Amino acid sequence: MTAATSSEPMVKVRLPGVAFVMVAISVLAMAGLILLPLYVVFREALLKGLPQYLAALKAPDAVSAIRLTLLVAAIAVPLNAVFGIAAAWAISKCEFRGKSVLLTLIDLPFSISPVVSGLVWVLLFGAQGLFGKWLLAHDLKVIFAVPGLVLATILVTFPFVARELIPLMQQQGADEEAAALTLGASGFTTFRRVTLPNIQWALLYGVLLCNARAMGEFGAVSVVSGHIRGLTNTLPLHVEVLYNDYDSVGAFAAASLLAGLGIVTLVLKTALEWRHSGELSAGRKH
Amino acid sequence: MSLQARDKEFLALLGPSGSGKTTLLRVLAGLEEPDAGEVRFDGEDFLALPVRKRKVGMVFQHYALFRHMTVAQNIAFGLTVRPARERPGKSEIRDRVARLLDLVQLQGLEKRFPSQLSGGQRQRVALARALAIEPRMLLLDEPFGALDAQVRRELRRWLRELHDRAGVTTVFVTHDQEEALDLADRVAILKDGELVQLGAPNAVYEHPATPFVFDFLGQACQLPGVVQGGSLTVADWETAAPEGATQGAVQVFFRPDEVAFAPAEGAGLAAEVLAVARRGPDVRIDCRIEGVLMELIGHGPTLPAGVAPGLSVRVKPLRPQVYA
Repeated sequence: MTAATSSEPMVKVRLPGVAFVMVAISVLAMAGLILLPLYVVFREALLKGLPQYLAALKAPDAVSAIRLTLLVAAIAVPLNAVFGIAAAWAISKCEFRGKSVLLTLIDLPFSISPVVSGLVWVLLFGAQGLFGKWLLAHDLKVIFAVPGLVLATILVTFPFVARELIPLMQQQGADEEAAALTLGASGFTTFRRVTLPNIQWALLYGVLLCNARAMGEFGAVSVVSGHIRGLTNTLPLHVEVLYNDYDSVGAFAAASLLAGLGIVTLVLKTALEWRHSGELSAGRKH
Repeated sequence: MSLQARDKEFLALLGPSGSGKTTLLRVLAGLEEPDAGEVRFDGEDFLALPVRKRKVGMVFQHYALFRHMTVAQNIAFGLTVRPARERPGKSEIRDRVARLLDLVQLQGLEKRFPSQLSGGQRQRVALARALAIEPRMLLLDEPFGALDAQVRRELRRWLRELHDRAGVTTVFVTHDQEEALDLADRVAILKDGELVQLGAPNAVYEHPATPFVFDFLGQACQLPGVVQGGSLTVADWETAAPEGATQGAVQVFFRPDEVAFAPAEGAGLAAEVLAVARRGPDVRIDCRIEGVLMELIGHGPTLPAGVAPGLSVRVKPLRPQVYA
């Protein structure tokens, strides 16, 4: 079985002195680039004491930003989980024309600037956009409203789940599904009882990364948001607005939530990797 | 090509890689659709049935066990996915799994996961899982391909006994001629998607229909010859031609171990012995016949009389086959 090969011990090389330098560089980079900013975020947020910090989070605009962020993620992440499973299934278990094109398209959001990912929706659904007149006539709002935020977030976070599943599903092949079919299972039963359990941990892992990015996304969301306080500002946009207002406690308090989300994601991700390394794909690149 | 398996038969599909044997098996299972042709089972049109309705038990080359299920859950899968009204009760499923575990001699391992089993055990779980649905036909894709030689031989005998007890028509795919001849009631030899020969192991081994079959079923020595009337002439050796041999120039094939050695002044093909090497019960005799280097095989603890490096002997093929 292929699973056995991944547990082979890695050959370790010892180069005297080099190890020390490498470790030192990594630790310094970690401290300077990750731990220091993290410390600054929480220090600034709590600069005027805990009550001020809590008050900043309870401000109506902050609450509405938190709500909006959760709402956008709650729509975008499940949809991307479904799209991701569908795309990964198509690529790893079926043969069809244009497969490599699909594979490239999935990666597209990684390679284009998030600003462009936001702008395409403005060009499509903005007042001057392709469908702008039609939307206006039917009193539908996409840009500067929640649908626009969701669309922009979906586009930016599309690759996370698919990228996580494709290598794993390719490695697993389609034999187990074929076996289930010969044993009399329907297509849906096969998917539910064979495919899904085989990818559950990788799926969770992808959803986790997708969620972290969905909640933290700034660029694409910034373009379609319109920055209407209390209405279309997500948490990252809220941070920017407050920072520009010289409200550093408020800005850093909101930022601390995002930082906290990052830490929680990291812990869960590590726990997943630790407990289910065999069932996550080896070809991960994040 | 057309091929018919008999009821309760153990049929081997034998061929080199790329001969289409696995594709044929997958067509039977319904996992692949043929471009043309038909598949019938007891007169029923099999192609009209989807995979899940065919009730064909398939054992995949790498077993394809469900990795997140225990041995017992794997075996029970085919029963638990049935629609509610056809599904046996929980206790009946448990009994059936226990009986199958008994049959494949894996009692006590029902709680293990596939990753905790040896290759041979995995194969037996795959068989039990396929048998659980009481298949109308059992399909095995290279059943011993992923096992080492020792386990392979044991399982071979065991599989044959299992087939005789279960009484299910079984079709298995292999590229190993020894395995096919040893196990099967009949062997179908495939090449480039064509059926070249079909017959009982002895029949195909004794009378290969083509040079390809002759070569594929064992080692082959080859020399040009001429058939005239009832006699076959190879170099200065003349013997009776096999029955039904074509007239004129032919290729003569014989097995390196189906030869008799005679003194240089006797009848046979003139051979110059180059080297002799003992290989357990057999002796390898390298010699040159008609300018061609050949590895002949002698049996038994003593060398054939007069055979030693540097000597000339006569070699008489015992069962030459001729092909146009």
